[in-house]
Parts: sequence; structure tokens; C-alpha cells
Amino acid sequence: MGEVLLHIDDLQVTFRTYAGLVYAVNGMSFEVRRGEIFGLVGESGCGKSVTSLAVQRILPRQSKMTGRILFDGEDLAQKSEAEMGAYRGKRIAMIFQDPSASLNPVFTVGNQMVRIIRFHTGVSREEARKRALKLFEEVTLPDPERIYRTYPHELSGGMQQRAMIAMALASGAELLIADEPTTALDVTIQAQILELLVELRHRQNLAILLITHNLGVVAETCDRVSVAYAGQIVESGPTGAVLRHMKHPYTQGLLAALPDPAQKGKDLLSIPGSVPDGASRIPGCPFHPRCPFVLAVCQEVQPPLLRVSEEDHRAACHLYTTN
Amino acid sequence: MNQQVLVETRSLTKYYYARRGFLRRKGKDYVKALEDVTFRIYRQETLGVVGESGCGKTTLGRVLLHLVKPTSGRVIFEGQEVIGLNRKEWKERRRELQIVFQNPYLSFNPRFSILRSLSEPLRTHTTMRSAELEDHARQLLEKVGMPPDTIYRYPHEFSGGQLQRIAVARALTLNPKFLVLDEPTSALDVSVQAQILNLLRALQQELNLTYMFISHDLSVVQYISNRIAVMYLGKVVELISTVQLMEGGAVHPYTKALTSAIPEVIEGRKKERLALPKNVPDAARPPSGCSFHPRCPLAMEVCKQEEPRLEEMEEGHWAACHL
Repeated sequence: MGEVLLHIDDLQVTFRTYAGLVYAVNGMSFEVRRGEIFGLVGESGCGKSVTSLAVQRILPRQSKMTGRILFDGEDLAQKSEAEMGAYRGKRIAMIFQDPSASLNPVFTVGNQMVRIIRFHTGVSREEARKRALKLFEEVTLPDPERIYRTYPHELSGGMQQRAMIAMALASGAELLIADEPTTALDVTIQAQILELLVELRHRQNLAILLITHNLGVVAETCDRVSVAYAGQIVESGPTGAVLRHMKHPYTQGLLAALPDPAQKGKDLLSIPGSVPDGASRIPGCPFHPRCPFVLAVCQEVQPPLLRVSEEDHRAACHLYTTN
Repeated sequence: MNQQVLVETRSLTKYYYARRGFLRRKGKDYVKALEDVTFRIYRQETLGVVGESGCGKTTLGRVLLHLVKPTSGRVIFEGQEVIGLNRKEWKERRRELQIVFQNPYLSFNPRFSILRSLSEPLRTHTTMRSAELEDHARQLLEKVGMPPDTIYRYPHEFSGGQLQRIAVARALTLNPKFLVLDEPTSALDVSVQAQILNLLRALQQELNLTYMFISHDLSVVQYISNRIAVMYLGKVVELISTVQLMEGGAVHPYTKALTSAIPEVIEGRKKERLALPKNVPDAARPPSGCSFHPRCPLAMEVCKQEEPRLEEMEEGHWAACHL
């Protein structure tokens, strides 16, 4: 695994809303290395998408952010808008859940690619076109010449997403942030897109931050994973270690809630209650109101993220803090 | 689960006519949303209907509920033909078939209080008024685990999971026998999905309901269904019992591909995958012969020319494949 490319350190993001403050991210810290696929897993409201927006400094105006976002050694949290231009879309690229909402419907896919390439590299139209076609091939789009001339609505979801990936790579990004890239796609197409991402990682030493709520996707593609809850990381480590030996009750709950056909006839173990809405900061461990193993200390003291096994597998839970 | 047939379809077909091109000169084209669909649903069972976008599963649900009129074919409910009933006759029958949609925020009138949404069916079909309606609504909500004061609130005040519970309550208002659930949990987080699935199972037991559970998520369908119908481009390609499917008894290559495409958490190991090439074809221009042949790893000459019929391979197991 390569060197650390992205290092998020104690990120906090709050939003000012008409109903008061919303604490979206409360001390998120993790690292993504070159050439690895890092999974950020969690349900709605855990702060994963907000974190990805924070990295690129595209949070809405009503937000306040503290913490450090180190990209290749530079703290992006301190950069001005002008300085961010060198990173956003260039060194850091992003693809979203619904590709049809990210592609401009009135321009052909080729046209959009060329604009992006020329914007970031300033090459001629012909050169940009050649590069675009090559990128389409790299993301395994069939018949690149034809795709070049088509409009987004003429493509299927899977092809649109590939086009998005091509655009994200067009500028030579070192970090690709993929926010639920396959959630809106059919299962068989999802498989193709995930395979593509895995391959790209190898080919270009690309670092991929994959945001998803699907543990299965994580198991299939991610090298390392962090589980987020209420704006914090509750468990992290190499995918195999985390999935084989889940330590945090929330992670265990997530896995147990997955419909397992072998459990037919029996109730699914769901986590009682619901995900906090961020309107207030929960004292102690954010998961304690829903935790089946809650102890008195959990209600007051926030558990630190501590190593729970040899393999850099960490969990933030008082069950593992030595007394 | 006894073997009495509750709902039956015979050669159900639905074509949508679409004009091709901007000018009429290109003539009519049609999208074959449903093609010759024939199957039965037995009392108190859950029939899962699974398939990717464009396979016709949603159209199937709506045709069964008479929300969409079929181009041809029959729907038989408790021995009575449903298509072709006059308004009065249908209004009687209507009470026994209900539906829950995927996105609860889109299936409730945002300007109606929950009380109004829940009592509307009763106003139409019975002479209940005011206090009685309120009581009935509260009881229904209790059944689905929602507090009684819910009746005074509005849809936007609830989370997706809560609102979906209310949608289930609404579907139960008239004591139906048959419930179509169209992707009821696809928009929900995993732990919320687990809660809703548990609720559906409990209600099925308590109220002797028969379900048709439509979803693109095969793991959910496998968990909740007794039998599964796999659809592709408007046709049922396989009809199999869940137990058999889980034991690897699937015959149709598409079913096998769907099963293998599900990302799974198997102890961190990578799953053996049958990746399908290309994309689902345009429903307006389906391939000749067996519509799956362009993507089928086992396609033979005959597959391009002749459409395979849905045949019973062994008792209760039907497949449409030349193999």
C-alpha cells in the first residue's frame, strides 16, 4: 500500500438551520493511501457525504468546519477558493450516486469530456478528443466513437456512471471520491462498475474513497474500511479483519440486520430506535441510547478509537477500553 | 400455507405505445412491458418478484391492482375475473387488494393529515364517520408500531421508515387479503429495512395476508418469499421455490447471474462472480428469440431464433430456457 494521500484529522461540521444547529460531523478522522480503496460505511445521517463535500471544500454557506484536511501534506481546510481550484476536479475528483443528475443533458458526452480536459490541461480540441476516446476505452465503454456523440439520456445508468468515472479521471486525479456510485444501479451493472473501480486502482495507483451504506460492496472492493455513526468513526481497519471480527455493537447490528436467506422464518435483528438527527450532541458514546451492551460509563464518557487486535483494527467502545 | 389459489394471471400482456422520432413518419413502436405473464399466487404465501430495471415487475404490480389496464390477458382473484368488471363490481373487490409503494413521501398527499389519509378509504367504502374513523386509524397505527398521536401529524414530519409503516397501515385499512409491496424497503437504511420486514412478517401471520413482494434486491426477496418469480424484459424466466433457489437449484442463466451478482459479506473473501456483459437492452427493441441471448454465457443458435416457453421442469419449478 502506498503513502498516505488524504488525512482527515478531527473534522467537525455544523450547519446553521432554521431549527437550530445540526452537528453533522463530530470528530471524523481517517486516512486514505495511494492505490487503495477505502470504504466509508454508514447509514443516512452518519456524516459520510458531508465529509466528502468537506474534503473538496464545497460545503454550503451555512456550514462551519473545523479540523484538518491534509492532502499530500497540504491542509485544504486553510486554502482559499482560488487555491482550491488546483485541487478540486483536478487532483481530487468525485462521482455521485445519480449519474444522470451529474451530466449536463444538453451537451453530448464527448463535448463534456473535451471541455473538462481542455479546462484542466489547455490542450487543443483534437488532442482533447483523442484523450477522451482513450479514457472511454479505459472505462470499458463500448464503441467510444459512438458514445462521444451521444447525449446522456441516451445512455443507460451503468454507461452514464462509466462516463462520469472517465470525466473524473480526465484531469489526472490522484484521489477519486465515489459517493454511493452503484446504489442507483441494477445489481448486475453494479458488479461491473465495482470491478472497474478495482481495476482502475491497480492501473493508476489511484486512491479511492468509496462511500456506501452497503457492507456487501465494502466486502467486495475495499482494502480498508471505517464505519461511521453520528458523525464519528466507530470502527476501522482492514476490511477482512473488521468484517470477520466486528467489535463495535453498531457494526455488528448493521451486519445482523442484513436479510440473510438462511434466517428465513426468523425475525431480522434490527437495531432498536433510529439514527440520531444531529440536532443535539449526544453525551458520551453517540450509540449508547441504542446499544444492547450499554454500560454506565457509555452515557458519560466518549470512548476513544483504540486498537482491538494486532492488525490496526480499531473500535471506539468501552467494552474494549481496559479498566 | 395451503395450496388454494388466491390470485392468478393468464397471459398477461402490456404494451406501451410510443411514437418514434420527432415526426410521425417513423410510425408506432411499442415497449413490451409485460409479455404473456402467467402464474399463480397461493393463499398466505409471499411470492417474490425479482428483476432489474425495465423487467416489468412494477407494471405487473400495477396491473394486478387494476391501476394500469393490460393490453390483453386475464387476472383472476378468488376465482373471479377482475379485468372487465364494471365500476360497481370492482369497487367491491377493490378492498381486498392493496398496495404499498417504494417511496412513502411520494405516495402520501402532503397536504392531508395522517388521519385524513388513513380514513379516506373508509369514507369511500363505508359509512363510518368522525370518532369511529379516528378510533380505527389509531388502532391501525398501533398495529404497525406507531403512536396514536400520529394521526394529527403530516407526512413530512416522519422519517422514511416511519412513513412506510404508516403506508402499511393505510394499506390495511380495509382488511385486504392481498398486498402488493412494490420495493417497500429499497429507499430505506438497512436497520430500518429490517424493522419493516419484521413488521410485514408479523402482520402476515396475524392477519392471514398474501403478499407479492417486488424488489430488485435478491437477498431481501430470498429472505421474505416462499417462491420467487424472476423477470427479464417483461417475461417471467423462472419461477422457483426459495428453498430450491438457495440450494443452487436455479436453472436459468439469468437467475444464476443475479444470485452471483449480489455483493456479499462472506468472511472477507471475494465471491465467485458470474459477471454479465453489456447492459439490459432497450425494451422497445428486444432481441430476437430468447431476449436474454445477447448476454447469456450459454447461448446457442436456437436461442437467437426461437423464444423459449415457460415450462414446468419439475413440480412447482418453471423455467423458460432452451437448456
